[in-house]
Amino acid sequence: MSSDAPSPDDPKRTAEFEARIARGDVIEPKDWMPERYRRQLIRMMSQHAHSEIVGMLPEGNWITRAPSLRRKMSLLAKVQDEAGHGLYIYCGTETLGVDRHELLADFLNGKAKYSSIFNYPTLTWADVGVIGWFVDGAAIVNQTMLAKASYGPYARAMVRICREENFHKRQGYESVATLARGTPGQRAMVQDAVNRWWWPSLMMFGPNDKDSPNSAELIRWGVKKKSNDELRQRFVNLTVPQAQAVNLTLPDPDLRYNEATGNWDFGQIDWDEFWAVVKGDGPCNRERMAARRKAHEEGAWVRAAAAAFAAKKRAAAAGAAA
Amino acid sequence: MSVPEFLLRLSDDRLILGHRLSEWCGHGPILEEDIALANISLDLIGQANLLLELAGKEEGRGRTGDQLAYFREAVEFRNALIMELPRGDFGFTIARQFLVSVFGILHLERLSQSRHGDLAGIAAKALKETRYHARHSADWILKLGDGTAESHRRVQDAIDELWRYTGELFEMDDLERALAGDGLAADRAELREPWRAEVGRVLAAASLKMPADGFMQRGGREGRHTEHLGHLLAEMQIVARSFPGAEW
Ligand SMILES: [Fe+2]
Ligand SMILES: [Fe+2]
Ligand SMILES: [Fe+2]
Repeated sequence: MSSDAPSPDDPKRTAEFEARIARGDVIEPKDWMPERYRRQLIRMMSQHAHSEIVGMLPEGNWITRAPSLRRKMSLLAKVQDEAGHGLYIYCGTETLGVDRHELLADFLNGKAKYSSIFNYPTLTWADVGVIGWFVDGAAIVNQTMLAKASYGPYARAMVRICREENFHKRQGYESVATLARGTPGQRAMVQDAVNRWWWPSLMMFGPNDKDSPNSAELIRWGVKKKSNDELRQRFVNLTVPQAQAVNLTLPDPDLRYNEATGNWDFGQIDWDEFWAVVKGDGPCNRERMAARRKAHEEGAWVRAAAAAFAAKKRAAAAGAAA
Repeated sequence: MSVPEFLLRLSDDRLILGHRLSEWCGHGPILEEDIALANISLDLIGQANLLLELAGKEEGRGRTGDQLAYFREAVEFRNALIMELPRGDFGFTIARQFLVSVFGILHLERLSQSRHGDLAGIAAKALKETRYHARHSADWILKLGDGTAESHRRVQDAIDELWRYTGELFEMDDLERALAGDGLAADRAELREPWRAEVGRVLAAASLKMPADGFMQRGGREGRHTEHLGHLLAEMQIVARSFPGAEW
């Protein structure tokens, strides 16, 4: 970021900035922005990037056990896509004047958060399909909105990533449908996975609007266009008919269609569970962080080698030029 | 019966190595390498899939590629031992990929001229992919060999450890000699010198030593494997075997 930037709190510039947002302008990296806007975007985008990376672990858990070569390849390709998403969003975040290594350090030392959904375990092969259907499905609902975010690099990243998430969701749902019309064992396995992943998927949209302190500001600045509850409702409305189409039940006795609103009303989310997982006490929080730290530590000598090699090449090139 | 047997040697090499590489997904030293190793793994499993389907067709007993992958026992697998060794550290994975990919290029160049049209087609496609695998792993051999003292030591250790598994790649037996005589397969023994030349060139550039040829492990082509393969297959086959008759 340029060092001659005026005070971030400059009220006149902030007013101009907010007027731009109100007009629907897209903010680009070189544009002036309030420090708070920049901070919020760094927080959101880096959390999103970390989520893509941690999200590789629960599904990656089944790559070596995928039951057909076609499924093995599509799962591997999917998890590889998620790595690409993480990389792409890290690059987008760097346009805000932070370095990927700082972001990574914040993540590995537990300062930065990631989506709580990835702190649940994948217990059977069916979890892979259900994650594609629910988790990528929920990500699409969220990211379709973010594709219109006021910050250009984030919005563009979302457009590109959403295309792949759509593919993941279709593939996941197709796998679920195959299991649902399969043997009794396959059917039982997929219904069990649906039962386990439904509520954590609803929690992906975050706390109720009244308990979401960041939301109002993010909406005012055009980063988010819809509230957590609106997005969650949209996800439920999309998913219920998909479950019906493959004869799977969603584990909520209160789920019913509301003629007046056109929405599927649903039961009470267990917010105690949500906050416990966010604060680190989910089923796999420790395992996920441990796996990422292990990969990072075991890779340290490789990164050191690549850096040393690059430095030698630079020195040789400088020597040749001198 | 000899063509399907030969095809299983080719497919199993790729399936087992592809599986080992897939174990890295989510655990690589940098994100770019998670992506690159997954790419190589996908190529290899894709090649294996085509070769297994072809083996099933040639065998004529109605077995699909998946049945061959998921319902054979370890002693029925025909891959070279080098493919099944545990992934080790990143240096080991890269060193193996390099040694195997240089061989793969030489072998596939010949197999893409095979009189067996389907095999030649698969080999031609695989050749393009394998050139990328060799380039990617050779780049890393250079970085690791000429990086830090630790990386140099690790990758040299890996090469030394792997060396006694390289002999098997060049072994010929009556089956492949007969197929080579008919223009269907290639003479692996002829590939040894060009392989040594290319491997030696890259190792020298990376200031790594080429080990002397000593005792060579063997047995994979006859189903005599290391103890590692059974564990790999137990993991790979568990879901498929737990749901007999299921489709996925
Ligand atoms: Fe993603
Ligand atoms: Fe995402
Ligand atoms: Fe995805």
